[in-house]
Amino acid sequence: MSKMHVKMTVNGKEVEALAEPRMLLIHFLREELNITGPHIGCETTHCGACTVDLDGKSVKACTVFVAQANGANVTTVEGLVNDDGSLSVLQEMFREHHGLQCGFCTPGMITRAHRLLQENPNPSEEEVRFGMSGNLCRCTGYQNIVKAILAAAAELNAAREAAQ
Amino acid sequence: MIPGVFEYHRPSTITEAAGLLTRFGDDARVLAGGHSLIPMMKLRVANPEHLIDLQDVGELKGVSITSDEISIGAMVTQHELIQNDALASAVPIIREAALQIADPQVRYVGTIGGNVANGDPGNDMPGLMQCLDASYEVAGDKGTRRIAAREFYEGAFFTALADDEILTRIVIAKPQAGSGYAYEKQKRKIGDYATAAAAVIVGPGIGSIAMTNLGDTPIWSAGANDALAKGDVDGAVNAVMAAISPASDNRGPAEFKKHLAGVILRRAIERAQGRAN
Amino acid sequence: MTEAAQTREERATALKGLGTARKRVEDVRFTQGKGNYVDDIKLDGMLFGDFVRSPYAHAKVLSINTEAATALPGVVAVLTAADLEPLGLHWMPTLAGDKQMVLADGKVLFQGQEVAFVIAEDRYIAADAVELVEVEYEEQPVIVDPFKALEPDAPVLREDIRDQLEGAHGPRKHNNHIFTWEQGDKAATEAVLAGADVVAEEMVYYHRTHPCPLETCGCVASMDKVNGKLTLYGTFQAPHAVRTVASLISGIAEHNIRVISPDIGGGFGNKVGVYPGYICSVVASIVTGKPVKWVEDRIENLTSTAFARDYWMKGKIAATKDGKITGLWCHTTADHGAFDACADPTKFPAGFMNICTGSYDIPTAYLSVDGVYTNKAPGGVAYRCSFRVTEAAYFIERMIEVLAIKLGMDAAELRRINFIRADQFPYQSALGWEYDSGNYHAAWEKAMKAVDYEGLRAEQAKRLEDFKAGKTRKLMGIGLTHFTEIVGAGPVKNCDILGLGMFDSCEIRIHPTGSAIARLGTISQGQGHATTFAQILASEIGIPADDITVEEGDTDTAPYGLGTYGSRSTPVAGAATAMAGRKIRAKAQMIAAYLLEVHDDDVEFDVDRFVVKGAPERFKTMKEIAFASYNQAIPGVEPGLEAVSYYDPPNMTYPFGAYVCVVDVDVDTGVTDIRQFYALDDCGTRINPMIIEGQVHGGLTEALAIAMGQEMAYDEIGNVKTATLMDFFWPSPFETPNYQTDWTTTPSPHHPIGAKGVGESPNVGGVPCFSNAVHDAFRPFGLTQTNMPHDHWRVWKVAHDLGLHG
Repeated sequence: MSKMHVKMTVNGKEVEALAEPRMLLIHFLREELNITGPHIGCETTHCGACTVDLDGKSVKACTVFVAQANGANVTTVEGLVNDDGSLSVLQEMFREHHGLQCGFCTPGMITRAHRLLQENPNPSEEEVRFGMSGNLCRCTGYQNIVKAILAAAAELNAAREAAQ
Repeated sequence: MIPGVFEYHRPSTITEAAGLLTRFGDDARVLAGGHSLIPMMKLRVANPEHLIDLQDVGELKGVSITSDEISIGAMVTQHELIQNDALASAVPIIREAALQIADPQVRYVGTIGGNVANGDPGNDMPGLMQCLDASYEVAGDKGTRRIAAREFYEGAFFTALADDEILTRIVIAKPQAGSGYAYEKQKRKIGDYATAAAAVIVGPGIGSIAMTNLGDTPIWSAGANDALAKGDVDGAVNAVMAAISPASDNRGPAEFKKHLAGVILRRAIERAQGRAN
Repeated sequence: MTEAAQTREERATALKGLGTARKRVEDVRFTQGKGNYVDDIKLDGMLFGDFVRSPYAHAKVLSINTEAATALPGVVAVLTAADLEPLGLHWMPTLAGDKQMVLADGKVLFQGQEVAFVIAEDRYIAADAVELVEVEYEEQPVIVDPFKALEPDAPVLREDIRDQLEGAHGPRKHNNHIFTWEQGDKAATEAVLAGADVVAEEMVYYHRTHPCPLETCGCVASMDKVNGKLTLYGTFQAPHAVRTVASLISGIAEHNIRVISPDIGGGFGNKVGVYPGYICSVVASIVTGKPVKWVEDRIENLTSTAFARDYWMKGKIAATKDGKITGLWCHTTADHGAFDACADPTKFPAGFMNICTGSYDIPTAYLSVDGVYTNKAPGGVAYRCSFRVTEAAYFIERMIEVLAIKLGMDAAELRRINFIRADQFPYQSALGWEYDSGNYHAAWEKAMKAVDYEGLRAEQAKRLEDFKAGKTRKLMGIGLTHFTEIVGAGPVKNCDILGLGMFDSCEIRIHPTGSAIARLGTISQGQGHATTFAQILASEIGIPADDITVEEGDTDTAPYGLGTYGSRSTPVAGAATAMAGRKIRAKAQMIAAYLLEVHDDDVEFDVDRFVVKGAPERFKTMKEIAFASYNQAIPGVEPGLEAVSYYDPPNMTYPFGAYVCVVDVDVDTGVTDIRQFYALDDCGTRINPMIIEGQVHGGLTEALAIAMGQEMAYDEIGNVKTATLMDFFWPSPFETPNYQTDWTTTPSPHHPIGAKGVGESPNVGGVPCFSNAVHDAFRPFGLTQTNMPHDHWRVWKVAHDLGLHG
C-alpha cells in the first residue's frame, strides 16, 4: 500500500503528511491531524456531520479521498472561532438560540452555515432550510438551528453596516 | 465503510487522462466529483485499481454560450450550473433541475459529466439532456466523437461510452424562443433520487419530454414529442406511459410509480405550458 | 452592586435556578468542535476492531477460514466464537433475561449478525481483513413475520433453547415464542365487550424502526495488565450498569473496571444495551494487551444494534352509545427479532405497555402480549420512549379515533367525555398504575382554543366540498392526540434491570470558596444535564448555577445510578439532586446558626443565604457558610459540606400533553404537507423552558420521521431494505415544519420539585398525532385504519383503494 505525500492548508496552517490515497479526508483530519470537530455520521453523504469547507465549498469529507484534497485549503469548525479564541457570531448564535443538543451534528451545521452566509448574507427562512438541507440533526428538529442562522445573519449584517 | 486500495492519478490534460484509461483498461475508473463512485467503493461494490482524478483537467471545465449553442464542460459542478446566470437565462430548465439534485454539499462537487456518464437511471441529468436533445463529446486515444444523449443510454449503468473514453463536454442547442419548460420531481426527501421526474419543453410546434427513474434508462419517446408539439397532451402522456417500466423499490410498488409518472408528467406539461409564450 | 444591596429578586435571578432559560454550559465546547466523543479518543498503541457479518438472515455456519485475513500485514488477530467459548463469552446475557450470541455459534439468525472480529493496527487494514475472512454458510428457511413464526410447523429459530418450556418470563408455548404477559381482568373485560352498546375493533401496527442517533455505538477497551485494571470508554446510556454487567460476565472484579461515557452524540435508547462489539473489544484488549477501539458504521448501526417497536396490537374498545368508554381489550404480538434484547425493567417484559388505557377513565381493561422470535435484528429498545409507552399511546389514540368513527362522533368530544377528571387524581388505572397528577380537560380546552378547532373543522368541511366538486385534489386532515406518559423508572420495589434497582443518585461537594461539584448516576446525551441539574441545585442551595460543575459518566467518581433513558433523569436523578441539596442546606443551617449565634430554628433560608428570622439584616450567605465549614471548628458538626442522595422514587411520574396537527394530503401523489403543529406539554415544574422547548422540537421531528416514513423494512428472506440514510427516512431541515409549543403546569405531588420529565413526550404524543391527521383526511371516504409509515406510496395507496383516483 503505497503512501503519497499530501500537502494542504488546514485552518490556516500548512500541513504535510504521508497517507494512503484512499484515506478519506474525514479520517485524515480526525486521525492524522487530530482535528476531531468534523464527525462521521452516515458515511453515505446524507447527514453532513463531516462537512468541511474545501476551497470555498461546503463538502462532505466522508466522500473525498485525501488524494483529491491534496493542495486544497480546508477549514473546519475549529478554524471558525475568532482570532482571539472567542466564539464567532454564528457559534454564539447557536448557543444563544439553543441550536444544538448532543452537539454531534453541530460542527457540520456551523461549517455549512458559515458558507451559506458567505454566499447569501441575507437569507429567508426558506433559503436557510434549503441551504442547510444537506445536514441532518436528530435532536433539535431544526427550528432553533434555523433561528440561530437567521439571527447570525442579522447580527453580521448589522456589524457590516455599522462598519461602513 | 472503508474503500479498497487503489493507485491515484491526477492528469492535467484530456490526452493524458485518455492515455491512462487506455493503459489500465478495465482496472481504471475516472473520478469526477466522486459522489456516485466513492460510496460504491466504500461499500466495496466498486473496486478500481486505478483512479484517474479529472479535477486538474482544465479542458473539462467552463460553460460557453453562443447565440445558438451551449457547451458545458464535463467537470462543471451542479453548483456552478446553478450559479451561472447566463446559462440560466439561456436554458433555465438546467438550473431548475440542478436545484433538485442531491443536497447543497453534493452539488458543490457533483458534476454534470459524472451525472450523465454514469448511466445511473436515478440520475436527473440524463433525462434532462434527452429532453434538450443534447450531445456528448467524448474523447479517447483514438480521437473524439459526438454521441446524442438520446442514443447514449443502453441499460442501467451501460452506455455508449467505451471503456477507454472520457465524456468531455455536453453540447445543447438553445431551446427555441418562446418555449416553456419545467422540471418536476417527486422524491421522498432532499438527497433522494426521483420516485418519478419529468423534464418538459413545450412551445408553438415544439414538444419534448423525458422522464427519470422509471426504467433502466431515461424515458424518451419520439411519439410523445410529436404529440406534445401538436398540443395533444393526452397523446403525449399516453406515449410516455407506454414506454415506462418502473421497478418496485422502497419508493413504492410499480403500480404507484406508473400512476405517479402520469401525474408528474401532466403537472410538468401544465407548468411548462404556463411558461410558454 | 454589593450583595447586600441586591433585592431578593435580583439575588434569585443571579442564581439562574429553576425556571430560567439558562444558556447551556455544554455549548461552548460543542460549537467549536471540542466535544469529546468516543471516536475522538486516541490511546497509545490503539488497535481497531471490525466485524465480519452475516449476509444471510438464517443460515448454518459450516466453516470460518481466517487464514488469509490473519496473514494480512497489520492484522493482529481474528476472533471467532471458538476463541470466545473457552472464556464463556461466545454468548452473553441480554437485559431481557435471554442470551445472545456474541459471535456466530454454529448459526446466524439475522442479516448483519456478528460472525468474526478482526483486530488490526488501523481501521483500513481491519476493513481489508474483513473481506478476506471466508465463511461458508448453509441457508435455512427465514421467518420475518411473527404470526408465521408461531405456526405449528414453523422452523425453529433458537436451537439453543429448543423445547425449553420455561423462559425468563414464564411458560413458552412454541419454540419461537418468548413469553406471554397478561395484565388486567380478562373475564371482566370480555363480559363488558359482550354487553356493550358499541364495540370498535382494529389491528393497529406500530412498525419496526430504529433510534439511529447521529453518532453510532462504539467503545474503546483498555486493559492495563500491570495494574489489572480495565478502562472501558463507550457510548453508554447506563455506564454503571455496564460496569456491573462487565464484571459479572468477565469475572474482573468490579473495582478493577472503570467505565467512562464521554460526550454522547445522541442515544434515544440505542445506547442502553450491551452489544457484541463491547465484549469483543474487551476480550481483544485483554488478549493483545493494547487498547482496542470499535465503532459501528451506519449500516451496522441500523442492521444490528437495537431496533424499536414492531408491535402488532389487536384492540377492542367498548362504549355506551353516548360515547362513554366501558372497556378496553388488547392483544399484542411483539416481534423481538432473533434474541430478546429488550431493555425493559425485569418485571415488565412488554415494558409499560399496560399504560395503554391512556388519558381515559376506562373502568375495565385487559392486556396480553406475546413475545416472538423472528430472523430480524434483536432489540426492542425504548426509542425516545419509556418502555413501550409509545406503542401504548399510539394504540389508544388510534383506538379512540376508530371508536369515534364507529360512533359517528367528533374525536375531540369523545376524548373530552372520557378524560380522567382532575378530581380523580391520584388515579388508579384498570391495568395497575397510579397516575400522580393531571388536568387533562384544562390542557385540552387550551389546545382547542389555541388552534381554533371549530374553525379548522369548518375549513376542512369546505375543503371536502371543494374536493368533491373537483376544485382541488388536496384533502385536509386534523390530527388530535392527548397522551399520558409514564416515566421516571422507577420505584425499586417493582423496577430493576438485571436485578439492579432503578434508583438514581447525586453527590454534592461544596468547595471552600462557595462553588460546587455535583456528580450524578445519569449521563447526558444532549439533554443538557450540566445546565439543568445545576439549576435545580442553585435553587435548592443558593449557589449560582454558574458556580456548579455537573459531572456524569465516570464510574470511578460518580455515584451509582441506572443511567439516562425512559425520561428518568429528571424524575429520579433530578429528585436525588434536590434531596442531596436539601441535606447540604440542613447542614448549612446549623453552621449559619452557629455563626449568627442563634438557635438552628431561628434562621431561615432565603434564596442564597440564611437569615435570622425577623432580622433580615443579620445573615450568612452560602458562600460564607461554605468557607466556615472548612475553617471553623463548629461543635457537633463535621468539617466540610458534602452530601449524597440515593433516590428511590415512590411512584412514576405521568407527564401529558395535547397535540394538534393539520396536514394537507395530495391524493394523486401521496405527498403530505404538515402545515401546522401545535404541542401543549405538561411536564410538571419546568426547570429550563428553553431546553424543554428544544426537547419538544426534537421529539416531534423524530415523531414526524417515524409516522411519515422511517422504518426498518425487511424483504421476505430477511434482507434489510433500509440500511442507509438513503432509505431510512430522516427528514432534513427542508422537510421539517415549524412547531408551536405551549404548556400547562401540573406538578408531580411526589417529586421533590414537582418535575415530571419531558424528553420523550413529543415522540410519544407526536406519532399518533401525525398519523391521526393523515387518517382524518380520509375519514369522510371510509378509512378507519391504515398502517404507518405514511410515506408517499402508502398514502397514495389509501386514496387509490378508496376509489379517489376515479
